[in-house]
Amino acid sequence: MGKKILLEHENVPGIETFDVYRSKGGYASVEKALKTMTPDQVTEEVKTSGVRGRGGAGFPAGMKWSFLDRKSDKPRYLVCNADESEPGTFKDRYLMERIPHLLIEGMITSSYALGAKTSYIYVRGEYMYVIRILERAIEEARAAGFVGKNILGTDYSLELYVQPGAGAYICGEETALLESLEGKRGNPRLKPPFPAIAGLYASPTVVNNVETICAVVPIINNSGNAYSQIGIGKSTGTKLISASGHINKPGVYEIDLGLPVEEFIYSDEYCGGIWKGRKLKAVVAGGSSVPILPANLILKTAKGEPRLMSYESLSDGGFATGTMLGSGGFIVMDETACIVRNLWTFTRFYHHESCGQCSPCREGTGWMEKVLHRIEHGHGHMDDIDLLVDVAKKIEGNTICPLGDAAAWPVASAIRHFRDEFEYHVRFPEKVKNPKHFEIEPMEAALATAR
Amino acid sequence: MSSDKPTFSTETLALVNRIIARYPEGRQKSALLPVLHLAQSEFGGWLSPATMDYVASLLSIKPIEVYEVATFYSMYNTEPVGNCLIEVCQTGPCWLRGSDDIVEHLEKKLGIKNGETTADGMFTLKTVECLGSCGTAPMLQCGAEYYENLTPEKAEELVDKLRASGQRSSYMKSARV
Repeated sequence: MGKKILLEHENVPGIETFDVYRSKGGYASVEKALKTMTPDQVTEEVKTSGVRGRGGAGFPAGMKWSFLDRKSDKPRYLVCNADESEPGTFKDRYLMERIPHLLIEGMITSSYALGAKTSYIYVRGEYMYVIRILERAIEEARAAGFVGKNILGTDYSLELYVQPGAGAYICGEETALLESLEGKRGNPRLKPPFPAIAGLYASPTVVNNVETICAVVPIINNSGNAYSQIGIGKSTGTKLISASGHINKPGVYEIDLGLPVEEFIYSDEYCGGIWKGRKLKAVVAGGSSVPILPANLILKTAKGEPRLMSYESLSDGGFATGTMLGSGGFIVMDETACIVRNLWTFTRFYHHESCGQCSPCREGTGWMEKVLHRIEHGHGHMDDIDLLVDVAKKIEGNTICPLGDAAAWPVASAIRHFRDEFEYHVRFPEKVKNPKHFEIEPMEAALATAR
Repeated sequence: MSSDKPTFSTETLALVNRIIARYPEGRQKSALLPVLHLAQSEFGGWLSPATMDYVASLLSIKPIEVYEVATFYSMYNTEPVGNCLIEVCQTGPCWLRGSDDIVEHLEKKLGIKNGETTADGMFTLKTVECLGSCGTAPMLQCGAEYYENLTPEKAEELVDKLRASGQRSSYMKSARV
């Protein structure tokens, strides 16, 4: 087991309070950065660490920071993306609820590096109680001199605010988030310009995920180089994995990137195996948007090598036989899970959450939901399966933001790997009218009849 | 408070001003989402046209700027809801752990269908999309509270508890903090 660096103190009683957090070495990164480092040195450490955006895109965070327009005479902003809404993902909520000061500390150190004088944490509105926890943490930090004017007696000042969302998955997309923070509908912006040049209030802005900003704390404390030694290859550091679905121990786990998927699923330290003594059928490894993989391909790559929990290994084989690490939302399905029905819930989600700006996404997600509803409820046609593939193809790559791709990939991959289940639904409409059909008739037997 | 002439208390108005002060001058529109949350909580759990117009006047923006936002975000109710808005997550990870059963039992217990309000105006039942509680699924949200690791029995007990408390659910009030 690797050393936990974000969740090291997750079980310390009172760790949500400033005093206990401070007694465990909290806010050391702020002291180190403000008193002994220049902002550029902090940015360099983050670059050296190789930490990649933990919200899902996996873009190197230090690189993103270096794009920030530092010559502009406009104010610069750091905005934390705490709009966690990708189905299967709940790690940021856990971090903020358990160790709120880790995020506050990361925000201060990162804001200093970026030269931001005002920073915002945009939290999805449903997490209202988490917002209260963060606001209290900020007040405690302010009382201790870590937020506000002349932090620790230096000439660096920072105001830090929490902004609530109001229920919109799309606001996890960074430009939609900025629109929302400006008090508008969460419609993603056309890029360029990127937020680094014209973000919040048309000013240079960096938007980072909660976990990414938290990772800045150990990076500054122990050096970017030390952080880059953890993990494997270009997947440096640790990653929080939100594990859900048909496993014995759902929850948030901090792993060293590079951990074998098999160990993650079956070890008692993590998921503890498949529940009810059943067999593994499929996994959606990085939040609902990434391609689903059947058991054989999630445990081993097409080349027969053990699949690892890393950006590279999970995407090995491209979309034909691989997937993505994404947000680390690891959704496990046992042998009784109906792939079609699960996919229908995902597609319903994307249809509900499409902002409506781009017609391929607005219309396409609706069509996919309807066609899947029809198949799942025993009214499908064989042609529907290829129709779904066709609609998914027409959405992918044809929208302003990645929500279109996120809606298309689950559909394409489910049909790619589980086409026989879709055909079974069409051929045996009477059997699928019970939503638990595979539980009633074991999967293997059901599919044997289908053939 | 009468719903046709909504007015915040002096205390809430002070809070609104503190919220506006979080943003640069001239950017008071940024306060729209937090102020709409306050308004919904104070004026009966939903945003009537009068409430939205009032918020527009507070922030010196056009009413249409409020309407378009209020209708975009799923947490804002643009029609009246019951005293307790029960929102059951139905997305994949919750479905895998039995959210269908929860909805079915709640429908039976409350005698209404998903999307409806009980005749006494006490409960509205609604299915919603992923609330970030997949590791503790199935779950429902009522006001600011998350009720996790649900079973049909636990969900039914919760209904009894909420009915007994008689309080209006609000996203703004959490017992946890």
